[in-house]
Amino acid sequence: MAELVIFIVMGSVVLAGALGVVRARNPVYAAMGLMATLFALAVFYVIHLAHFVAVVQVIVYAGAVMTLFLFVIMFIGVDRTESLDERLPFQRPIALIVVIGVVVLAGILVVGGEFTWIIGSDGQTAVNGTVEEIGRNLISVDNPESLNVVDGRIVSRWLLPFEATSALLIVASVGAVSLAFYRPRRRKDAEVAE
Amino acid sequence: MTVTPGWYMTLAAVLFLIGTVGLLLRNNALIMFMSVELMLNAVNLTFIAAGRAHGDINGQMAVFFVLVVAAAEVAVGLAIIVSIYRSRQTASVDDLAEMSG
Repeated sequence: MAELVIFIVMGSVVLAGALGVVRARNPVYAAMGLMATLFALAVFYVIHLAHFVAVVQVIVYAGAVMTLFLFVIMFIGVDRTESLDERLPFQRPIALIVVIGVVVLAGILVVGGEFTWIIGSDGQTAVNGTVEEIGRNLISVDNPESLNVVDGRIVSRWLLPFEATSALLIVASVGAVSLAFYRPRRRKDAEVAE
Repeated sequence: MTVTPGWYMTLAAVLFLIGTVGLLLRNNALIMFMSVELMLNAVNLTFIAAGRAHGDINGQMAVFFVLVVAAAEVAVGLAIIVSIYRSRQTASVDDLAEMSG
């Protein structure tokens, strides 16, 4: 029952934030909507026993990534109004067709019973329990789903992707810095050409 | 009334759809970027829900790596947007159509 209430409240926050991203004319409001969505998803991660991922979501996504977004919005200018008229003539109808197609496909998947692989053949979830039980598990030290398991998996089974991730982050940050420092030298090239 | 993982899957599908609509309809490159983030987060929610349903922690590991790659992608993508803005004074993707045939 408690999970139902949390699902309804946080699910509406998720959808409202997402609609705010798509609808907002001001990019700052769009960023605020995205931040609300990310926080509500972190709540979902907590009730799914994914505490580590929830913490990373709040710190990295809602903290660092959104700060980066807001920084770039301020750099580009917040008072710049975006024209919503479309130059490609067929983009709006094609978008409508894509949306209707995805809705119909999802409806077929749900109604046709193809959803059973997700919840198991007998309809039972593997990790049962109410939010209260999960809260008690949070406190216990030997909880198998606690932070220690994720940490252990990172440095044992997923060690190679983890190290590749560090290389990716280095390459990405160096690339971002070099892109920021890059200036096209048109004038000097023109002088050489003359 | 219990909340099954299917509910979370449905919520994630709706979230993914909203992200798709934003990516298709908006012109501002920043908003399109945020829509891509919405789609990534929808997939993350399905990973977490399926991982809980199967009692498998590898779903959370997948979400962890998606988070890291998304952070790197945002850093590089925003740097590209900033450098485009410095040379063109615009962030609208419709103004960057020189290569259209």
